Amino acid sequence: MYNASDLRKGLKILIDKEPYIIVDFQFSKPGKGQALYRCKLKNMINGITLDRTYRSVDTFEQASLEQRAMQYLYQQNNEFCFMDTENYNQVFLSSDQVGDAKNFLTDNLDVEILFFGERAIGITLPNFVNLTVTHAEPWAKGDSVAGDSKPVKVETGYLLRVPPFVQENDKITIDTRTGEYVTRVKA
Amino acid sequence: MSPGSKPNNPKRGFQPPASRHAALNLRAGIIRAIRKFLDELDFLEVETPILISAPAPERHIEPIPASGGFLHTSPELCMKRLLAAGYQRIYQITRCFRAGERGRLHLPEFTMLEWYHAGIDYRELMRECRMLVQSVFMECGKADSIHFAGHTIKLDGQWETLSVAEAFERWAPITLEQALLAETFDLVMVEHIEPQLGTRTPSFIYNYPISMGSLARPCPDNPMLAERFEFYIGGLELANGFSELTDQHEQRKRFRNDIANRKGSEKSSSPMPERFLASLKFMPEAAGIALGVDRLVMVLGDYSEIDEVVAFTPEEVKD
Repeated sequence: MYNASDLRKGLKILIDKEPYIIVDFQFSKPGKGQALYRCKLKNMINGITLDRTYRSVDTFEQASLEQRAMQYLYQQNNEFCFMDTENYNQVFLSSDQVGDAKNFLTDNLDVEILFFGERAIGITLPNFVNLTVTHAEPWAKGDSVAGDSKPVKVETGYLLRVPPFVQENDKITIDTRTGEYVTRVKA
Repeated sequence: MSPGSKPNNPKRGFQPPASRHAALNLRAGIIRAIRKFLDELDFLEVETPILISAPAPERHIEPIPASGGFLHTSPELCMKRLLAAGYQRIYQITRCFRAGERGRLHLPEFTMLEWYHAGIDYRELMRECRMLVQSVFMECGKADSIHFAGHTIKLDGQWETLSVAEAFERWAPITLEQALLAETFDLVMVEHIEPQLGTRTPSFIYNYPISMGSLARPCPDNPMLAERFEFYIGGLELANGFSELTDQHEQRKRFRNDIANRKGSEKSSSPMPERFLASLKFMPEAAGIALGVDRLVMVLGDYSEIDEVVAFTPEEVKD
């Protein structure tokens, strides 16, 4: 159980039996008035945000969430399938729930799946993944304007900019938090 | 950025972050300008004890217990006892302590300027407040306008002055009476009214419901209202002032009420400030005001967080 004074950015609480994360938080106290806790909350299942103002007498249930290590198996229509590597249970996340992480999912990738009770609601990727470049324009020598970077496509279909020396079939490391190129992986 | 990020570097522990040098210079200049203004008007600077046994039992202010008593939440009661003792114009710049108040605009330990002026009422005090603020701004090189919180705020000419009821009519979805009935006064203030106050000129909002002015005198023509005002710049509450209640029986009744309310909400029990009540018998008609110095620094330096204007935040002195 949380009190209003426990509220802060990043805290996960239950509202109407659904988990919400506080994405923005402001303490207010109008002259001689009561303390008010103004929150922007994001529903961790459907991503919908709402604004709520709480008073110091309000209390909150903690949203109990759990991360489980799982492996990405395959995509079917708009659903992504993951498997628990200990008990082989399979769960599905929707395309919305996977979000930008789909840019970096390759078969058998080890990920963390976030559970609310028995329900899978989100995914955390490793910070770095290695992906194969499937399409790259050849580097035109002497083209000094293009000296900084060029666009390439990787096996998941994701487009990003990389240094000019990267070629098709190279493996590159990408930071999944920023979506940016980190380094070329030596074969 | 965060000074706590490298706890192993002993040097960092002794230095405020370099980025705050400008704010700390500004703060010192503002405090000098405040003293200059009040000294020239023959106000006497006083110091009263910070450790007291009975702070004013206000419903929504939580004192911090210390050594069998409390750290004062404001110097108000001691300052008024000085008025009762015959001092006519007094001021104090002191640290005040309020438990649980921490946010972008709040520190549990902050700097307050309070001044009291015998023989004037809240309307005259609003004028005095304007003179002080304008004089401080001038000393800091701001005569015509300031930029704060995304607003350009004009300092010359008329300053906005409106009653709480007018502010509700202008900006709130419900009237003042409806808000009081629904117990949503504070909510409406925060969501609809405060963001509008002091955005074109500095702003005085006055005549608060009597229930929100525990130590203020009622309006003679409407006892449901208190002769209390708040001062805002760019949506930020800077000061709270009022004509002082000098009726000790009425004051005792209100304190009893507040103490009962606090008991109902499991807050720390608050003893009755008997010495203060006894002194009210001798207190002259007067008006007094409390102004947040940290917030004045925020306004003059256009800082959006109170953390930016102090040498150390409470988090930065936790080992």
